[in-house]
Amino acid sequence: MSATNLLLVTLGLALASFAYGRSRAYSVARLHGGVRSMHSLPSHYGMMVALWCALPALAIIVGWKLFEPAVVSSFLHDYIPQSVYEAGEKSVDLYKNDIGNLVDSHAIADIQDPEKKAAAQQLANLQHTSSLALVVLALAAAIAGASLALKRIKANTRARQNVEKIVHFFLISCASIAILTTLGIVLSVLFESIRFFQEVSIIEFITGTKWSPQTAIRVDQVGSSGSFGAVPLFLGTMLISFIAMVVAVPFGLMSAIYLAEYASRPVRNICKPLLEILAGIPTVVYGFFAALTVAPALRSFGATLGLSVSSESALAAGAVMGIMIIPFVSSLSDDVITAVPQSMRDGSYGLGATKSETIRKVVIPAALPGIVGGILLAVSRAIGETMIVVMAAGLAANLTANPLEAVTTVTVQIVTLLTGDQEFDSAKTLAAFALGLMLFVVTLCLNVIALHVVRKYREQYE
Amino acid sequence: MNTAIANDTIDTSLIQRDPVKDSAQEAFHKLTETVGTPTVENAKMRSRDVNVFYGEKQAIFDVNLDIGNNEVVAMIGPSGCGKSTFLRCLNRMNDTIPSCKVTGNLSLDGEDLYGADLDPVLLRARVGMVFQKPNPFAKSIYDNVAYGPRIHGLSSNRAELDDIVVDSLRKAGLYDEVKDRLDAPGTSLSGGQQQRLCIARSIAVNPEVILMDEPCSALDPIATARIEELIDELRQNYAIAIVTHSMQQAARVSQRTAYFHLGKLVEVNATNDVFTNPQHELTENYITGRFG
Repeated sequence: MSATNLLLVTLGLALASFAYGRSRAYSVARLHGGVRSMHSLPSHYGMMVALWCALPALAIIVGWKLFEPAVVSSFLHDYIPQSVYEAGEKSVDLYKNDIGNLVDSHAIADIQDPEKKAAAQQLANLQHTSSLALVVLALAAAIAGASLALKRIKANTRARQNVEKIVHFFLISCASIAILTTLGIVLSVLFESIRFFQEVSIIEFITGTKWSPQTAIRVDQVGSSGSFGAVPLFLGTMLISFIAMVVAVPFGLMSAIYLAEYASRPVRNICKPLLEILAGIPTVVYGFFAALTVAPALRSFGATLGLSVSSESALAAGAVMGIMIIPFVSSLSDDVITAVPQSMRDGSYGLGATKSETIRKVVIPAALPGIVGGILLAVSRAIGETMIVVMAAGLAANLTANPLEAVTTVTVQIVTLLTGDQEFDSAKTLAAFALGLMLFVVTLCLNVIALHVVRKYREQYE
Repeated sequence: MNTAIANDTIDTSLIQRDPVKDSAQEAFHKLTETVGTPTVENAKMRSRDVNVFYGEKQAIFDVNLDIGNNEVVAMIGPSGCGKSTFLRCLNRMNDTIPSCKVTGNLSLDGEDLYGADLDPVLLRARVGMVFQKPNPFAKSIYDNVAYGPRIHGLSSNRAELDDIVVDSLRKAGLYDEVKDRLDAPGTSLSGGQQQRLCIARSIAVNPEVILMDEPCSALDPIATARIEELIDELRQNYAIAIVTHSMQQAARVSQRTAYFHLGKLVEVNATNDVFTNPQHELTENYITGRFG
């Protein structure tokens, strides 16, 4: 029986024991004079039986599957020829791997080498025994658990607390999966970065102003020495994000104020969804909009003014990214502005303030924490945005603050470092992890600052 | 078939009817003129034949009521009787509700409130308002009080503004409690203090009339007593109209009392007369607690 089938059978058993446990609880309740005389509802007893049935079996299945390969391969020890052992540990692993693949693809009969064939046969036998043992153990555990729980269906058994405690642990484990995954990603990025920093000094990475990640593949290769100064990348990211925010914050905030304070209900009902459609456009579409429409337009406009605008410019990418971010800023700001209580506006009107005075001096300050939060969310979106920049801002790591020149960002460089055929132990590819780590640290700092700012305002004004 | 016959034969005279309610209803339907004296000599604010509509629904019917100088007029009546709506007509706060329409004549010192050349923003600077729930702005205590003077440009420098703020807080009886923490947020005060802050805020723009919409309904008895004391002091300088659900409060703070019922102004008289010798049956029912 495969693991999937075993899981299905276990679940089926759990369902059946739920139904049986519940009906058992009903009959016990009848003896005691009604459901109210039991501590918990019949469905709680059913749940209790089902959980007692499923959980031990699931634990056995998971544990078995975790440890099975190691145990089985240790049994394989005697079947591996001496010559392989002599060739070192790596070749033993290779040999075992080979046998495993042969067994998995049901190709034992085709093996020519008799020693190998014997080993593969042994492995197949072991796996068969193991899976049989697993089925027997798991089903036995399920049935034992269920029957134990069935015995506990009594008027004074606290089945509800029992079930709720298990649900509680289930919720905790769900929450920790998200946290552990994040932790895992951070750690893997961290370790790869440490490998990178063993080859390139961290000082050079942080303070270097030249980014040219091509390293020599052959020893005698000329030219591609590789230099990993990340400053141009971070400056490029900051420049483009800054341009995006310069576009997104005023437009987003103004449109939020219009929608929340001035627009009539029908206008609002039409405009708000329309604005939010902007957020639904894939960024790659914005990318070619930026590359094919905005950048040439900027270039020809710059030419009329006598400015030289490169065909891929930070301005084009930043402006389009800003347009993409407008709905974030406006939607979040609109929500917080609408949430400012009407009584505060009334108070201001009651003092003879005009509508614009009320908005500027009462509503916006009251909504500020939420607005700042929305803007910071937009900033992290801008920093992480890749597609538009790849298409419209170019790949050249120029160290410049001129928005009319081509620049590149951290995310774009990560993409170019890792796409295509790459070897995963060169400084070039490892640099991507270091960049990722730096980006993570920067956004983390930004979020911490944002939370701090927002909380400070909250304390003061709520 | 049988049930239909049974229904026909029910003797409706057996259903118990509430004699108080019945006669009150009759009295209300007959009501066309307000009982008592709604007008005063030298009135600060006058209203004549005021009707207010929310969309199709009429909320106020032909109300005539004057508010004199240096007097407190209390408006009482059961919930939904239109007293708050009427109060909000007096400084055109109803303008913020799109479906609201006001007809009739309202004036401040003889100037038509709904006239073409009257700016509601300027009107509200002259007719201040204190709301049911304390609504300090998300600003410091100082900035809350300074808000009005700043937008109206009442001071030319910081020292003058300081004077206005301190003076308003003193008049509202709050200065001694907050003088060491004028920079603290207005929302950090207790409910009663917040309401006094809101009163200080309205005083700061130097209005001529102060409207109060149930200013004590969210406060405890001690804070309420402070506010009532304050209202009595403020009467020396301002005309005050106050909406309240508490008849004791109306009796304590006001000189005249107006009783509203389902959008009609039933009775207006000197407060003492209204509570000791009500002229109209509805008023009597209300103040004796038979309904409302």
